[in-house]
Amino acid sequence: MTRLFTLLLLFLSAGPTPAGGTYQSPEDFLDEVFAGAVPAAQVLWLKDDVRETSTAIMGHRYPAIRVRYWLAGTRSAWILEEIGKEQPITTGIVINNHGIERLRVLVFRESRGWEVKHPFFTDQFPGLGITPAYELDGPVDGVSGATLSVRALKKLARLALYFHSQVITDHDATQ
Amino acid sequence: MNNPIVHSVLLAASMTLASATTAAQQPTPEQMWEIIQSQQKEIEALKRGQQDTAKQAADADEKAEAAVVAVEETSTGSRGNWADRTTIGGYGELHYNNIEGADDEIDLHRFVLFFGHEFTDDIRFFSEFEIEHDVAGEGQPGEIEVEQAYVEFDIRDGLQAKGGVFLLPVGILNETHEPDTFYGVERNDVENIIIPATWWAGGAALTGQHANGVSWDLAIHEGLKMDSAGGSNPFRVRSGRQKTGEAKANDFAVTGRLRYTGIPGLELAASLQYQADASQTSGDGLDKGVLYETHAVYQKGPLGLRALYAEWDFEGTTVTSMGADEQKGWYIEPSFKVHDKLGLYTRYQDLEGFRPEDQFDQWEVGLNFWPHKQVVIKADYRDRELDNNTDFSAFDLGIGYQF
Repeated sequence: MTRLFTLLLLFLSAGPTPAGGTYQSPEDFLDEVFAGAVPAAQVLWLKDDVRETSTAIMGHRYPAIRVRYWLAGTRSAWILEEIGKEQPITTGIVINNHGIERLRVLVFRESRGWEVKHPFFTDQFPGLGITPAYELDGPVDGVSGATLSVRALKKLARLALYFHSQVITDHDATQ
Repeated sequence: MNNPIVHSVLLAASMTLASATTAAQQPTPEQMWEIIQSQQKEIEALKRGQQDTAKQAADADEKAEAAVVAVEETSTGSRGNWADRTTIGGYGELHYNNIEGADDEIDLHRFVLFFGHEFTDDIRFFSEFEIEHDVAGEGQPGEIEVEQAYVEFDIRDGLQAKGGVFLLPVGILNETHEPDTFYGVERNDVENIIIPATWWAGGAALTGQHANGVSWDLAIHEGLKMDSAGGSNPFRVRSGRQKTGEAKANDFAVTGRLRYTGIPGLELAASLQYQADASQTSGDGLDKGVLYETHAVYQKGPLGLRALYAEWDFEGTTVTSMGADEQKGWYIEPSFKVHDKLGLYTRYQDLEGFRPEDQFDQWEVGLNFWPHKQVVIKADYRDRELDNNTDFSAFDLGIGYQF
């Protein structure tokens, strides 16, 4: 029994203890995306049509009056948040030429739905675009027991694609 | 006056006079210095004014930025105060049951509120407070239940410990049973009778998750307290739940689960539970018990499939002689989502419980309609064939929500 408890204690004490489920800071994410040459942040104000469409995509008013983004050529990076079941999930999304290049969960605070923070789930997003009805143009399979977290990430992916379309011109996109 | 000499003399005189006048109006070097000094002062004053204007503009920008940030922090929630760290949620479902040979019934089957609080980023509380069948009390059909009330600790990434009252890690519905997440007005009978969901217990648990999609649970908790022969519900597992209300803890139970969700859309899981004494009473002919449960969930595009098998094996002279030592059931449930708002399903289940009414097989068909992703309207038809030939069919309607 003593040996069992010793093994258990060793097991529990192994490995780092992250603060609040932070897997990558937004700064590190941007640094990685732009290979150290992070462009100056720009701002998209959520008003008029942008407010209306973003509300339709999220199913509620996005809780910000503006959103920062980082744009270099045809690539834009977005740090967006949405609540899964109870807590906000912070996500970094890169859009290139109107398609998702990368989606990563940066901070996950939920006690359920942990699967969505791992590549075996997020690897479904690269290559997806958005339809004229602001839906993803390809399937994303869910995770049993993580319905709300999956739903949150799909909404953020759609939102980033829409925001990208608002800050980049068709000309830019074909460059 | 036309004499050229006179003209020349007069011209020369006038030029001399003009020259003398100009010389008299030119400032002296001292005057020039004063003028320069004065102009210099004016230039400096203008420069100061320009700088002040620029500074005022910068200050205004800074104040505007600060105001925007303040609004953003207010609207997104800083998560720093008590309210930001406290969450409320809930779900509920109203059922209409039209069962052949019985009175029709309408029932607020469940009304549930969740309360949660984050003490720190790594320590949190979660609770589920439920009223079943609307009215609780002496002679009333309902119950007030605290189905969850635990504190969870993040030990490290992918490893949590919790203590308190929690849902046991077994089956598909026991931990995820909000009405918009499953088909059928009533929960399936295998998980209701054999597992038996919703099944909660007081104790402690460890949960681990791995990047490849494998997760595990290990819990030690209060055991069942089933009636043996002579009790009001002999050998009925569902009646053995103690619900952590002054629960007898002479003999604890242990539950373990291994789960794989590494392929999106797929869940494979197996649980094993050991009951040291399923009646909490030694020598009554009902001793230890083991629950085996395994299930698969697959959702690919519009197609879905759920399948589950659960079996209890009890030991003891009386339970064996009464033929209650093995109780088991399974079901399979294919489904098809016509579109985002409409899904159809069918389900076949086979039960071999102990009571005669828990021994049957049943076909079921129905639909879910989601007017909102978290609101569902349900309808189903059931055809039950009991082993004792008291067959019946039923038609059910339901409305449910979660938030």
